Amino acid sequence: MEILSHSELQYLKKKLKHEPNFLEKEIVGAQWSEHCSYKSSKKYIQLLSSDAERIIKGPGYDAGIIDVGNGDVITIHIESHNHPSAVEPYGGAATGVGGIIRDIISMGTMPIAILNALRFGHITSPFASKEIKISRRENNELYSHSKWLLKNVVRGIADYGNCIGIPTVGGEVEFDESFTNYCLVDVAAIGFGKKKNLIKNIIQENDIIILAGSSTGRDGIHGASFASKDLAKEDRSAVQIPDPFMEKLLIEVTKEAIEADILKAVKDLGGGGLSCCLSETSANLNKGFDIDLDKVPVKYRDMEPQEIMISESQERMLYITNEWNFKSFAKILNKYEVPFAIIGRVKNHKNLVIYKNGKTIAKMPSHLIAYAPLLNRNSKKPKYIDNLSVKKIFLKLPYNLNKTLLNMLANPTIALKHWIFQQFDHEIGLRTIVRPGITDCAVIKLANDKFLAATLDGNSKLCYQDPYEGTLSCLSEARANIISSGGNPIGIVDHLQFGNPENPEIFWSFQKCIKAMIDFSSFNKIPIVGGKVSFYNETKIGPIKPSPVIGMLGLIESMKCISKIRPSPGDTLYIVGITGNEMGGSEYFQYLNGVIGGIVPKLDLQIDSINSEIILKINREHLISCSHDCSKGGLSITLTEMAIDSTCGINIDLDKVPHSCERIDFLLFSETPSRFIIGTENEEKLEKAFSRYKNLKYSKIGKVMDDGDNITFASKNKKIINLEMEIAKKYYENLTSIMEN
Amino acid sequence: MQKIAIPIFPGSNCDRDIYHVLTNLYNIKTDFIWHKKEKIKNYDAIIIPGGFSFGDRLRAGIIAAHSPIIKEVKRLGKDGVPILGICNGFQILVESELLPGSLIKNKSLNFTCKWTDLKVRNTHTPFTSKFKMNELFKIPIANGEGRYILNQDQLKEIKKKDQIVFSYHNDDPNGSLDAIAGVSNDAKNIVGMMPHPERTCQRELKLFGLSNSAMKIFDSLIAYIKKISS
Repeated sequence: MEILSHSELQYLKKKLKHEPNFLEKEIVGAQWSEHCSYKSSKKYIQLLSSDAERIIKGPGYDAGIIDVGNGDVITIHIESHNHPSAVEPYGGAATGVGGIIRDIISMGTMPIAILNALRFGHITSPFASKEIKISRRENNELYSHSKWLLKNVVRGIADYGNCIGIPTVGGEVEFDESFTNYCLVDVAAIGFGKKKNLIKNIIQENDIIILAGSSTGRDGIHGASFASKDLAKEDRSAVQIPDPFMEKLLIEVTKEAIEADILKAVKDLGGGGLSCCLSETSANLNKGFDIDLDKVPVKYRDMEPQEIMISESQERMLYITNEWNFKSFAKILNKYEVPFAIIGRVKNHKNLVIYKNGKTIAKMPSHLIAYAPLLNRNSKKPKYIDNLSVKKIFLKLPYNLNKTLLNMLANPTIALKHWIFQQFDHEIGLRTIVRPGITDCAVIKLANDKFLAATLDGNSKLCYQDPYEGTLSCLSEARANIISSGGNPIGIVDHLQFGNPENPEIFWSFQKCIKAMIDFSSFNKIPIVGGKVSFYNETKIGPIKPSPVIGMLGLIESMKCISKIRPSPGDTLYIVGITGNEMGGSEYFQYLNGVIGGIVPKLDLQIDSINSEIILKINREHLISCSHDCSKGGLSITLTEMAIDSTCGINIDLDKVPHSCERIDFLLFSETPSRFIIGTENEEKLEKAFSRYKNLKYSKIGKVMDDGDNITFASKNKKIINLEMEIAKKYYENLTSIMEN
Repeated sequence: MQKIAIPIFPGSNCDRDIYHVLTNLYNIKTDFIWHKKEKIKNYDAIIIPGGFSFGDRLRAGIIAAHSPIIKEVKRLGKDGVPILGICNGFQILVESELLPGSLIKNKSLNFTCKWTDLKVRNTHTPFTSKFKMNELFKIPIANGEGRYILNQDQLKEIKKKDQIVFSYHNDDPNGSLDAIAGVSNDAKNIVGMMPHPERTCQRELKLFGLSNSAMKIFDSLIAYIKKISS
């Protein structure tokens, strides 16, 4: 396999001024893979702004660091493990959790929460089966494969996160046919610590380089390169093997060592193994490393140097300390019985030098390895996008809207995710305040009266039809989730997932996505604190739909500001924002009717920002009893979920909803962003507060019932939907029924 | 001055949560005891925390049950010192044969984390005196191997000796025999339970319709050790 392109090899030769040997090529090949070097995307990621008072470190390091006051900091990072999870879902998903946790501890903070965003092919027949051309049997096989992936991904995350004792507090799941035979497994981790305990990352000549944790084996060889090409064949040896127990020990070791202030630099080993870890650390810290490969603890005695250098065996950490502190550090490692070895020394020469049997077997400037030559990728607007927006769509008005709403509730993307999140310990650590459930936003406790809201949001259906507007919608949804919990947004992380970047049409989508991030972030002054790009998410059937996943964090300064999630009986319900007619990319079109096309909702940055600010303000004035954003499935789904969760019936007058919809089904299921459903006990006060804002569009749309538990939507004095709570609940629990069958 | 010991094993992960409850909410001096310690003294109670001691290798709790600290736990248990095992702590106490029965993989075969209702079946232990008999309260569980089983003779025996301390109410999240959630030894000073009382300490729980009533387990213990030492 050629791991370096012809031009990359020429560049390397020119810089080295000699022919690189086999090992040198392997080291550089691992680091210059798309996965580790961002050679296609770096130019664009650098445009994302992380400029804000709170930001201590923005994108580019292992994790972003945000100052939350009183000497406390939080760290956040997001990563995916898509290729490995598609091949070996249990190990792939588990090691994805492991990697991100090590990123958090590398900064000198302790992980306090995990979130995940998961995407799979359909696990059951979507209602629009007429559009599917292959046979029922083939389809059933695909559904069971997706179920197998989902089941094992969830188990992988659960077994790992539960064992290391970090709560998995939230996330999102989407099903779409573009993920058939594949899956996207994004994991975000949040760390918390003291500003003074952050790793300083300053090293000196002769400092000691220690490799600790698991031995280096043959698992995950070429893992980074494997993730940097299409998933054409299943290469299981490129998938790493998880050992959460070792990870837990490494967490404890790092915690004790940080508290004792005896570490100078910490770095986890992830993609590209020792090659990437050593070259990036020495380049970032501007020093050279002399590494003795004989000292690296290996699983097999006959491992070749290049295997040791690029193995991605998990649960390994690199620590740098000085002679003086080494003894205390070794004592901690010995207490936890964590294997370790001194594998080298820091030097002033700025090279990465590898020795074996006393001989130099590789020697290259660290900067040269760590910074791959960047690529200029071509981009071209995909033809399909224009075709989809002008496509004529003929859709019959449903005869029975009761049935339509029930089928939407049963859509696995919308249905209750109990089956998934109950497998995750989401309580450990005593920080979880808002648990996973109907809200998409977790709230965790940071310090005595300080809380953090955290959410992940994505929408591949929208992003496929319009990558720019789709990404904006995800950003808007993430912010709406944060605002609805009472949080003030303080930072964004992103994970941008696409197919092959060598395809100009895919690269165009990536550029549009970046543009949306820049526009949203600069308009709203919410900094982007970290991110990741994952390309080559393709299978035999083609690329995935563009799938940016947006993570957002919000700060809640007092317990009083945490929103309740459930309305109470007797509450009045309001909608803020106008419901639009654009149905392109909606679950109603795609899942229920099999229609891909139509115009996607456009985000008005100004209105989006005004609506959010007002909701946050009236929330802080304690004028509302609960607040929810309106996203996937539209207002009818949000209201029905609220009713099911509070076990109270609701009565909605659709004629009161401000809208521009030409049909009643569009009004029910439109996914226009910038809308909120809120409940209040005090109509008068709320309306008085609303009246302060001239341009705000809002309307009283109904009530939570004091007695009775029917969910009703009326128009022109006729109940067009009237569902019994028990029946709605049964459909809403469809995901559990599918997975337990 | 009362003192409580929290033995910790590699892989314990609820140790700090219990420490927080005891020190910050009850003002009790609490020490972490590393599993290799062979001698401990002057402790009024021991709480073995949840987690994945030794990564649940072989079987949950079995390796920890053979560590030096457990010999001490056995000795103190014989002297009547109150000992509570929570989740993995319960598994360790069962594997140490300080408590009857076995804990096996949940009937669903899945790890399950959720809030459920418990019923108090015995108020004559150091951990349940503040409850009323048959009192119901809410508490979260989080386990993969929490299905409590024993054979029919043993069941008869522990019923006769009043060793069932807690059972699930209108729910059996693990598939335990008789919906058993917690048991004691014959002398009632050693109790093991799968649910996590320490996770009910947040005042914020009330915002979301959950309650702190499982904290009565700690209320009972603190009252007990204060009475004993006065």
